Amino acid sequence: MIQMKNVYKKYPNGIVALNGMNVEIKQGEFVYIVGPSGAGKSTFIKMMYREESPTSGQMLVNGVDLAKIKRKNVPLLRRQIGVVFQDFKLLPRLNVYENVAFALEVIEEKPEAIRKRVLEVLDLVGLKHKARMFPRELSGGEQQRISVARSIVNTPKVVIADEPTGNLDPETSWDIMNLFERINASGTTILMATHNREIVNTMRHRVIAIEGGLIARDEVGGDYGYEG
Amino acid sequence: MKARTLTRHFRESIKSLGRNGWMTFASVSAVTVTLLLVGVFVLIMMNLNKVADDLENDVEIKSFVSLEADEARVTEMENAILSMSGVESVNYSTKEEELSDLVLDFGDEFSLFEQNNPLLDVFYVKATEPQQTENVAKEISQLEGIEEVKYGEGKIEKLFTFLNTGRNVGLVLILALLFTAMFLISNTIRITIVARRHEIEIMKLVGATNWFVRIPFILEGMWLGLLGSILPIALIVTLYYNVTEFAQPKLSGEMIQLLDFAPFIYQVSALILLMGVFIGIWGSFMSIRKFLRV
Repeated sequence: MIQMKNVYKKYPNGIVALNGMNVEIKQGEFVYIVGPSGAGKSTFIKMMYREESPTSGQMLVNGVDLAKIKRKNVPLLRRQIGVVFQDFKLLPRLNVYENVAFALEVIEEKPEAIRKRVLEVLDLVGLKHKARMFPRELSGGEQQRISVARSIVNTPKVVIADEPTGNLDPETSWDIMNLFERINASGTTILMATHNREIVNTMRHRVIAIEGGLIARDEVGGDYGYEG
Repeated sequence: MKARTLTRHFRESIKSLGRNGWMTFASVSAVTVTLLLVGVFVLIMMNLNKVADDLENDVEIKSFVSLEADEARVTEMENAILSMSGVESVNYSTKEEELSDLVLDFGDEFSLFEQNNPLLDVFYVKATEPQQTENVAKEISQLEGIEEVKYGEGKIEKLFTFLNTGRNVGLVLILALLFTAMFLISNTIRITIVARRHEIEIMKLVGATNWFVRIPFILEGMWLGLLGSILPIALIVTLYYNVTEFAQPKLSGEMIQLLDFAPFIYQVSALILLMGVFIGIWGSFMSIRKFLRV
């Protein structure tokens, strides 16, 4: 499903973020990406949805090599992946319903199908009753739930989350995590970069620790491993 | 792209106008002010140009027929003049007609001359192009039976040079103003788009293609141009209607005329509308370009 072979990434300013990384993630897995800041975690995540591209190496997502993908095909790739960001990245001028619907409008889905599916996922994240509100009228936790709803609305095979609980208080963080657990239970691969020790140690899954642009540790059911 | 997506883009662009509130207002105001300026200026310049044309076209060659020429010779001469290249029209006026014109213009004292008319018969000749007047006049003066030719020589050359300079200056001013208008309007639109660059980035990250992001913005630019051209058109139509209503009766029979209300004002309105829409579209297109590289 996701396969990295000798992926190397050097930024124009000379910083080497990934130094020949090899990893394989199978369909249906739940993977935490942990590691200190600046270790290459964000680069790793950003490559998954092609915000950054590898300098060299092979990077396969759903069988497509992201190192070679053409610019015009990038949107097609992103439609097969759901992404959840630390800062939610909701469209401020669209209401909750429209924000979620956007991901389906992009793939030119039928209006009736959009309506049905959007209400379905809003129900799943428990915010159907706030469909007409705007992001600024919602709490951080609610905004993140909308963001999660948007990421799964077109039933992607993989959801990538970049520190989804980074801006949330502990209690709402658990709500979001429960949501991810349910999504994963339905067979969707989850890839989550996180700094949250408690979550990683409580909801045990595969943990990949990145340090200095390399995989320092990769164990199923591992713990966070860094001193808070 | 499917038809329903285009419908969606139209809907979104209109919705966005409302949700952008004061940004929309700011852009529409900028478009309005600029287009009004352009419109008024075009009205003035086009009318000045018309006045210049009228002045030029008023130039005639007055060819005096010598007393020896008989009627047959006059007909011959008329045909000869008509067959010259660059001649638009020839009007023959007998010396009796000339005298009655004189009396009409200067008063009854001149009717004394009716006993013994000292005037000559005249051909009034118009050149197809005012600039050809001089050549035509020279040719006519060589005809047998023409006593003298007058066309305001010396003065009309100066007039023509003056009018041409005037026209060129006007053209340069209009172009400069159009350019400024383009710049002002597209800059205003740019500001509204820069303020929304994060939205563009998000749309791209959620899997929107460039065109999917672009089209609503372009349509929004089009609406801004459209809305911004309404008030200038209304004002210019009203203004020019009143100007022509006021001036037309006073100018009746004069050689200088203003441009008629229709179709001129509709052409100017169309120009303003097209400019607004075009600049709106173009401004959006250019401003959004660099934010699409996500």
